[in-house]
Amino acid sequence: MIEVKNLYKSFGDKEVLKGISATFEKGKTNMIIGRSGSGKTVFLKSILGLIQPNSGHIYFDGRELNKLSINEQRKLRMEMGVVFQGNALFDSFTIEENIMFPMKMFTEMSKAEMENRVDEVLEQVELSGINDKYPAEISGGMQKRVGIARAIVLNPKYLFCDEPNSGLDPKTAILIDNLIHDLTVKYDTTTLINTHDMNSIMEIGEKIILLKDGHKQWEGNKIDVFHTQNEDLNDFVFSSSLFKKIKNIVQKEGKFEL
Amino acid sequence: MYFEAIGKYFGMLKEVFKMPQKKKIFWENFFREIEDLGLKSIGLVGFISFFIGGVVTIQTARNLSNPLIDKLYIGYATIKSIILEFSPTFVSIILAGIVGSYIASTIGTMRITEQIDALDVMGVNSKNHLILPKVLATVTFYPLLIVVSMFLGGLGGWVAGNLTGMVLTEDYLRGIRYSFEPFDITYALIKTVVFAFFIATIPSYFGYYVKGGALEVGRAATKAVIWTSVTIIIFNYILTQLLLS
Repeated sequence: MIEVKNLYKSFGDKEVLKGISATFEKGKTNMIIGRSGSGKTVFLKSILGLIQPNSGHIYFDGRELNKLSINEQRKLRMEMGVVFQGNALFDSFTIEENIMFPMKMFTEMSKAEMENRVDEVLEQVELSGINDKYPAEISGGMQKRVGIARAIVLNPKYLFCDEPNSGLDPKTAILIDNLIHDLTVKYDTTTLINTHDMNSIMEIGEKIILLKDGHKQWEGNKIDVFHTQNEDLNDFVFSSSLFKKIKNIVQKEGKFEL
Repeated sequence: MYFEAIGKYFGMLKEVFKMPQKKKIFWENFFREIEDLGLKSIGLVGFISFFIGGVVTIQTARNLSNPLIDKLYIGYATIKSIILEFSPTFVSIILAGIVGSYIASTIGTMRITEQIDALDVMGVNSKNHLILPKVLATVTFYPLLIVVSMFLGGLGGWVAGNLTGMVLTEDYLRGIRYSFEPFDITYALIKTVVFAFFIATIPSYFGYYVKGGALEVGRAATKAVIWTSVTIIIFNYILTQLLLS
């Protein structure tokens, strides 16, 4: 479980996070949504420790991030898997070397064990047999899945995904969503997804937090989305006519099922 | 602003000079950097050194055309210029251009494509992981590269002297041996090690802290080359005064 309490962050005069508190549960896909500039990337990077907040507390299963020594923080980071918006694959490494990197760095596994593990995670993301290719030789969707494979190779307790569907076609996007959800359930990870993709929210949004202008505006799940009177959420989620129609149908029928 | 940048540079160095987290990975990176930053530069450095040696010989011979001046001074002046100044300083400035822009742009690209963030969130000391192998590779390999440059510069001078008939082999070799001081080589190698350190660390600094996109990476590479060259020129003077005066 990850708990965030009263997180503040500003860059110069611009306040980006204005006292955000939230709890993200284990075994669930927790989503942070909001328009561009709402502060969700800064929020996620603060939790990851890539940005130092001005004040506030972040707890990883009771361990406060800012009170850990640098070595303890590095150990904690070994429990994290991160899927970056731009994949962040090491372009001078093959796919196998990319996925192997955390194992080489932090474990004493033999080469054969590492190779087996690489094959195992590549199979999980349905990309068997691309071990010797370089990131530039595969498609964006495949790169994203390799990013997920690298993020889960050490069985992380915490999985973070920054805009995992950006730039992907709808079919691949759904594949990625379901993959993240399945891995979350299977390994009981605390998963945080930063997104503004409505399909993702409807597909796997077990807990949703809406950020606006650095504040937490709303909290709920994908079913609550259809019944809330929160104007900011309605404005964000139902800005397209298709989703407006879906909302009307759901409200008439009184239930939401996918 | 400059003081802030200098402080940040030393802050970066503090993280760079830490024990590598995994020695095996460090050595793999070190040998990769020897290849990328050192071996791949040999061809160009050798080519430039050979021809500059030739040019220095021809120019010196032209200026020492007085028949009363012994021809050995042509070889003497050529080899002194190559050992004391051309090889350690000017080859280092050439390397600052080639290798410096390469280092700044590769690290800068890693920064803007979040590859450095990926290392950090994995718990890897990214400064140490990326920069230390580069520093050790340049500091250990460039002295060898400079010795190669000295040899080829001298060889170029001999070839040019013979081809033009301006200096005979015997006179040229007498000139090389005349008043030879081993400390000249030590002085050149000390300078090279210091310059090699700057060639690795200054571009790394500009690449590591780049913000923005491709345009900023390009700008960082340009700034890296300028500031590395300026630092080399300043330290060339300081080291010369300390070691030779």
